[in-house]
Amino acid sequence: MFTALLGAVSQGILWGVMVLGVYITYKLLDIPDLTADGSFAFGGCVCAVMIVNFNMNPLFALVFSTIAGMIAGFITGALHTIFEIPAILAGILTQISLWSINLRVMGKSNVPLLKTKTIFSWLTDTTGISNAIAGVILGGIIIILIILILYWFFGTELGSALRATGNNEAMIRALGVNTAHTKLLALVISNGLIGLSGGLIVQSQKYADINAGTGAIVIGLAAIVIGEVIIGRVISFWMKLTSAVIGSIVYFVIRGIVLQFGMDANDMKVLSAVIVALALALPVISAKIRLNSAYSPKGE
Amino acid sequence: MLEILNVSKTFNRGTINEKKALNKLSLHLNPGDFVTIIGGNGAGKSTMLNMIAGVYPIDGGRIIIDGVDISRMPEYKRAKYIGRVFQDPMMGTSAGMQIDENLALAFRRGESRGLSWGIKKTEKEKYKEILSKLDLGLQTRMTSKVGLLSGGQRQALTLLMATLKKPKLLLLDEHTAALDPKTAKRVLDLTEQIVDEQNLTAMMVTHNMKDALNIGNRLIMMHSGRVIYDVSGEEKKKLKVEDLLRKFEEASGGEFANDRMMLAN
Repeated sequence: MFTALLGAVSQGILWGVMVLGVYITYKLLDIPDLTADGSFAFGGCVCAVMIVNFNMNPLFALVFSTIAGMIAGFITGALHTIFEIPAILAGILTQISLWSINLRVMGKSNVPLLKTKTIFSWLTDTTGISNAIAGVILGGIIIILIILILYWFFGTELGSALRATGNNEAMIRALGVNTAHTKLLALVISNGLIGLSGGLIVQSQKYADINAGTGAIVIGLAAIVIGEVIIGRVISFWMKLTSAVIGSIVYFVIRGIVLQFGMDANDMKVLSAVIVALALALPVISAKIRLNSAYSPKGE
Repeated sequence: MLEILNVSKTFNRGTINEKKALNKLSLHLNPGDFVTIIGGNGAGKSTMLNMIAGVYPIDGGRIIIDGVDISRMPEYKRAKYIGRVFQDPMMGTSAGMQIDENLALAFRRGESRGLSWGIKKTEKEKYKEILSKLDLGLQTRMTSKVGLLSGGQRQALTLLMATLKKPKLLLLDEHTAALDPKTAKRVLDLTEQIVDEQNLTAMMVTHNMKDALNIGNRLIMMHSGRVIYDVSGEEKKKLKVEDLLRKFEEASGGEFANDRMMLAN
């Protein structure tokens, strides 16, 4: 049980990198970017091929995962900002095309990494700790680094302009910012993180699968809302990022628990969707109830 | 300072909703001119300001600011020269960001934004000082989200942001129209004060005839996408609301001045 729990925490942290990517587009830019499903799998496929076919250093392969994700984000961004295709549709187009591209990249629908080195096997081989603990340690280091970098970046002039783009586009344009560029940049950074997460998951699970990214965006949204519910409304930016990662960990722990209770893993997607739908619907429902109960025909 | 030459703009060209918003409009502004702009609905006042700011491309003509031809420059590049305050108090500030962050964004208007920290310590001191002068109590709430402020406070802040880095031209598009009379007066006083202090060239669209007469050194009236009346200096000082209404009736061919203009005085 404890091992399973630790595995879930490790998964939560590694997927947390993706959740941070989703956070950038969904929360900061106010765009639900559906590229996520495709760029997550893309990052994973590229990672697997680099390691298996090209015998690449697994750490270096992760750089390629990140670049792969960034390219996917760039394409969605270009479709959205240059050709003015609605962001959701632009994301779907990239996501769909990536499925075919991923198949081309791998040449088959999945690639096992059983005998190859990964960043996790380095740690497990040298210290003898379990794969789950290695995931928690390495994932923890990576996620802390990413939170620090994001905290720094979004505090810079450029990062502030990017946040302002999501907040009030007309204003920041009137202040001299090319919002097409800031949106494009946000999509590139976001999908870079998502691609990196895809690579990390592939190395941790030791196989790459064409369908690995299906539903990634919903997992990302679920993690964000779970984080918000648990941590509550926080002001500081780094705490908001941390809250998204905690949401991710909790999501995978819940997943681990319901699977232990015998739920079919395939039913997990409907559970995720219900969590997100509920989280988005509850505030609306409670507001409506409040409005209705506040009404009095006598006008008192 | 500003030269508008033969600028035209037609919306929805070739459709049943075709609307000639600007019709070979020409206007010349001297440095330090503070022009109030009046005219009925659809006269082209806001369109003119939007064309100068580059919100939409123009169909023809030229717009030159301080010797630079900006006719075909994108909106975000023109921001280097132009400070703007909008009618909607929500539009000029970023609700989800702090007061000091908003000011820091405005302080870098028109400059390239890199990877240095978005707001420096020395800046914060400066902002605090400027906000103290506003006398709205904002200097103690520097890290509050702008969304928590009232419409009047947000509009005052927008005005401050538009002029934080001295613009070559300040565009005010009915920036007090959405405020209650008392707050509107306060924002208007502040506008005059800032324009005066920085010796700015400014254009202010208004529906309030008294404001149009009392503020600035020049007044223009627009009708059907053109300037039909342009008065400045001593001549403007002698004008009365009745004169403007008569002028407006003449221009619109005896048509009665629209009720919004009537109500405004």
